[in-house]
Amino acid sequence: MRFAVIQFGGSNCDHDVHYVISEIFGVDCDLLWYKDGLPRNYDAIIIPGGFSYGDYLRAGAIAARTPVMTEIIEHARVGRLVLGICNGAQILAESGLVPGIFTINRYPKFICRWVNLRVENADTPFTRAYSEGEVIRIPIAHKEGRYVAPEDALKTLETTGRVSFRFCTPGGDLLPDANPNGSANHITGVLNSQGNVMAMMPHPERASEEVLGSSDGKGIFSSIIHHVEEKG
Amino acid sequence: MYTAGLQKRFLIEETTGMKFLVKITISLKEGMLDPEATAIRHALANLGFATEELRSAKVFFIRLDAESEGAARELATGMCERLLANPVIHSYEIEVLR
Repeated sequence: MRFAVIQFGGSNCDHDVHYVISEIFGVDCDLLWYKDGLPRNYDAIIIPGGFSYGDYLRAGAIAARTPVMTEIIEHARVGRLVLGICNGAQILAESGLVPGIFTINRYPKFICRWVNLRVENADTPFTRAYSEGEVIRIPIAHKEGRYVAPEDALKTLETTGRVSFRFCTPGGDLLPDANPNGSANHITGVLNSQGNVMAMMPHPERASEEVLGSSDGKGIFSSIIHHVEEKG
Repeated sequence: MYTAGLQKRFLIEETTGMKFLVKITISLKEGMLDPEATAIRHALANLGFATEELRSAKVFFIRLDAESEGAARELATGMCERLLANPVIHSYEIEVLR
């Protein structure tokens, strides 16, 4: 089993994700500079957080159109896993791998704080370590994280189990105050139609050890690892 | 040889293409939340400027070579569709200035 973390100019959570995969889980993980492309096949590719290309034009817009993304789209097409976290999520949305867009927060400021997420679908390669309806605590850190999608796309996501996480209260309720950036239907985790690509704004790699205040995010990485192990 | 190649390419550009200046305006679709515009409108109000509406947009001026005005417009459309605008939230307007 081998994972890859893609580094764009301006990625800044690349080493955190690499640390979680290789040190906490002991899984082989390559850090790949985007210009070098994919040197081999990987079981899972993670696009980490940061500010690729300084968020010029729209967050993720320019990174989404680099040649390595063409390779990652092909990697996803054949059913291998892709996880985009924060700027990685924006890049996945801009590349069309998941529908919609993560755009400027309802209150247009950078927000960096702990939030509660309700697990909406625990039957995905990224969430199987959780149970449906479980509330987990993971931080967010973004200015462009408000999820927007056309009405029909939202409907499809909602009716086909492609919403993985929603912002909620500690008790799991969807009150307006629990939606920090104004995302449509409180959505902050979405899947593609095949279910092998997930984009999420919160940072599970920042909540993968108790010493950091929560290890609730570990479940996302352990889910991916178990999924790959089972598939062989 | 190198210089000759450059000169040749330069000549081809000069003889086949025309230069156009294209103005592309990217704005949020009607009804889309524009938090930056709201913040700017509030700041203007603080300075004593009453406004009824304020919308923000991004403008690009692009100089390019094309066979005709129509071809220039087509190139600009391609740029909007593939990068400059995101169809989920944006609409775009193209003007060929000269």
